[in-house]
Amino acid sequence: MKNVINFLLCGVGGQGTVLASDVLVNVGLAAGLDAKQAEVHGMSQRGGSVISYVRWGREVHAPIIGQGEADLLLAFEKLEALRNLGFLRPGGVAVINNQAIIPLTVTTGGQKYPADEEIRAAFAAVTPHVRFVDGERIAEELGNLRVANVVLLGALSALLEGHPALEGAALTAETWMRVIEERVPAKYLEVNRRAFEEGRRAGGSE
Amino acid sequence: MLSGNEAVARGAWEAGVQVASAYPGTPSTEILENFALFPGIYAEWATNEKVAVDVAVGAAYAGKRALAAMKHVGLNVAADSFMYASMTGMEAGLVIVSADDPAMHSSQNEQDNRTFAKFARVPCLEPSDSQEAKDFTVAAFDLSERFDAPVLLRLTTRICHSMSAVELGERPELPAEAKPFPRNPAKYVMVPGNAVKRHPIIEERIRRIAEYAEESPLNRVEMRGRALGIITSGVSYQYAREVFPDASILKLGMSWPLPEKRIRQFAASVERLIVLEELDPFIEEGVKLMGIACEGKSIFPLTGEFDPFVVRSSAVRAGLLPASVMEAAAAPEVGPLPARPPVLCPGCPHRPTFYVLNKLKVPVNGDIGCYTLGLIPPLSAIHTCGCMGAGIAVAHGAAQAGSPEKHVAVIGDSTFFHTGVPALINVAYNRAPVVTVILDNRITGMTGHQQNPGTGETLLGKEAPVIALEPLVRACGIQHVRTLSALDVDEIEKTLKEYVKLDEPSALIVQEPCALLPEARRKWTPLEVIADKCNGCTLCFRIGCPAILKSEELDEKTGRPKALIDASLCTGCEVCAQICPRDAITFRPDSVFVEKSR
Repeated sequence: MKNVINFLLCGVGGQGTVLASDVLVNVGLAAGLDAKQAEVHGMSQRGGSVISYVRWGREVHAPIIGQGEADLLLAFEKLEALRNLGFLRPGGVAVINNQAIIPLTVTTGGQKYPADEEIRAAFAAVTPHVRFVDGERIAEELGNLRVANVVLLGALSALLEGHPALEGAALTAETWMRVIEERVPAKYLEVNRRAFEEGRRAGGSE
Repeated sequence: MLSGNEAVARGAWEAGVQVASAYPGTPSTEILENFALFPGIYAEWATNEKVAVDVAVGAAYAGKRALAAMKHVGLNVAADSFMYASMTGMEAGLVIVSADDPAMHSSQNEQDNRTFAKFARVPCLEPSDSQEAKDFTVAAFDLSERFDAPVLLRLTTRICHSMSAVELGERPELPAEAKPFPRNPAKYVMVPGNAVKRHPIIEERIRRIAEYAEESPLNRVEMRGRALGIITSGVSYQYAREVFPDASILKLGMSWPLPEKRIRQFAASVERLIVLEELDPFIEEGVKLMGIACEGKSIFPLTGEFDPFVVRSSAVRAGLLPASVMEAAAAPEVGPLPARPPVLCPGCPHRPTFYVLNKLKVPVNGDIGCYTLGLIPPLSAIHTCGCMGAGIAVAHGAAQAGSPEKHVAVIGDSTFFHTGVPALINVAYNRAPVVTVILDNRITGMTGHQQNPGTGETLLGKEAPVIALEPLVRACGIQHVRTLSALDVDEIEKTLKEYVKLDEPSALIVQEPCALLPEARRKWTPLEVIADKCNGCTLCFRIGCPAILKSEELDEKTGRPKALIDASLCTGCEVCAQICPRDAITFRPDSVFVEKSR
């Protein structure tokens, strides 16, 4: 079982979690591993909370994981990060996009969006390995807001380096880029490449 | 890498399927979308699931392999057809795909459709990953022809929407010429005199299929330790492998009919026998009816879907596993968080109707589609929603029961074509003063933009006549009918106020394309709040648009936060601009509403 890496991706419908998890599962396969991915379509796409599961390993059985079983949590939005904290294994790695999307329950329902300190404190109680990434700011600097998800994948790729379950797997930055290239239109290739590199830099620096 | 749905589509192609019909429904929709991409096939969106099954039956009578796909509740709609298809059998393979939705990710219930297979005396196959989804689809057609029975291929959300690796096969050479349509009334005309002769035949047929199940490679035993034996099917097999690596497993690829001898042998070879299955104790009850002791729902939940955590923690509680396997600490306490329910998208043309209905405070009988989200505050304007096509007749029934208020039924264009039409004819025929609002966004929205009879195009991309709603509604017998722009807040309000006063049936058709369609996207023009004019009255928050936020800037007099529009979300539908009493929201340069609102 320890030969399996579990990822949980979460965010808000429309943020590009589907593409990101598609990339992630195919990177696992390209690295010579067994890989599975699961998500839910339909209602959840309409601005609601979305989650998607990706698993890599020598042999992967279940397509989804349960509470406390995610080795890596990739959150595209801060409130969704906090909502899904229970999935994170104690000591696991969290990559959190520094982005707040205010739900209607806050705008009109009088509920309160959690403060950054609250989010940091909740994560700190579970793991010291939390990385906030300015996905939107980096994407905006690159001139295309839609590549924020690739920035986050870049950060994730850097944080995966040296993971014990990946020993012997053929996984390099190029593996990631090849999979991304197959999924984006040619005219956006360069901006995606730079987004991935910037993300890697953001993920790699302490 | 294929999803389960893509794998079923591929399997159908490799099985030589020539005709496939479906009504979209999560989690089944992508089966037909993907099958339609293969060359040399016919695929269509039917108006509803019953029509889809009849279409597939017709093709199978005509000697071509055929498939119908639907979500689990679609099989309720198609049940009549499914039952006669079992009685008649066909000339070529017929497979009905039912995509069940444990946990109700996108459904009104979590019925377990394996029961339908037992009910109809047909086999039920349950793949446990994408490879099996493809292979079992091919096997289902062979089985269907071998026993002259439709086959139920039962998927669940985690099979449909999980990706795993699949090895592909090839499509066989198919004979080019069509067989003559059979003239065999004893088999195909189910009048009582023929049907009484067919019934014993299908009972004998399921007995023979049960015999086949004893030898079928669809079922297999994986012997490991003898302490624990698990009978399982579908995605639950994956959880069994994950959580009980040392247990022996009887994996039922065919979960109906059950292979009794094999189950007996397996039960005798293990010390403790459990059944691991999501939802109903379908296999468990079958095993117990054989007089074999086993445990199932006394250990594992009856509702919701499984995941490794659920299975592991249930197993620990039942003493099947030591507590030490629960490696994760209890989930950390995170205080109550703001919910993020799905909402009507920014620019959704359904929004003004619900804004007005909320204002009118009338009881609203809703239906299944994106517009069910009119339920969510602050719109809060759906009061019942049960199944496809129910809203209009529920409103009619409430009105005939003397409900003191006027009832409004809301239904989308695709749902109206699905099962709304007979209900509206009933309203017109039996005369209840129900107001029916048809929300026509030219597409089937919730499932991700599938064509329907109002779209002007078929699944295969062929041009089709647009079924015009107003003449159709008039032909149903409704005399008070009006068609408006779905974004025209004032006109919708005026018309609904007029219609709820009528003592006769009426219908309002509101039309605008879904804001997410490519042609609508091209016209997106974000609006702005003119901060000097806004006094934080909060009226625009009441339309429940995700693009309208509270600004950090407070109004000096009222002390309330001003409105702010998120330009990255706003489409420029102008609904907020129309209702703003202070003209504090800009209109589009090409606005058709700006003059009316001043």
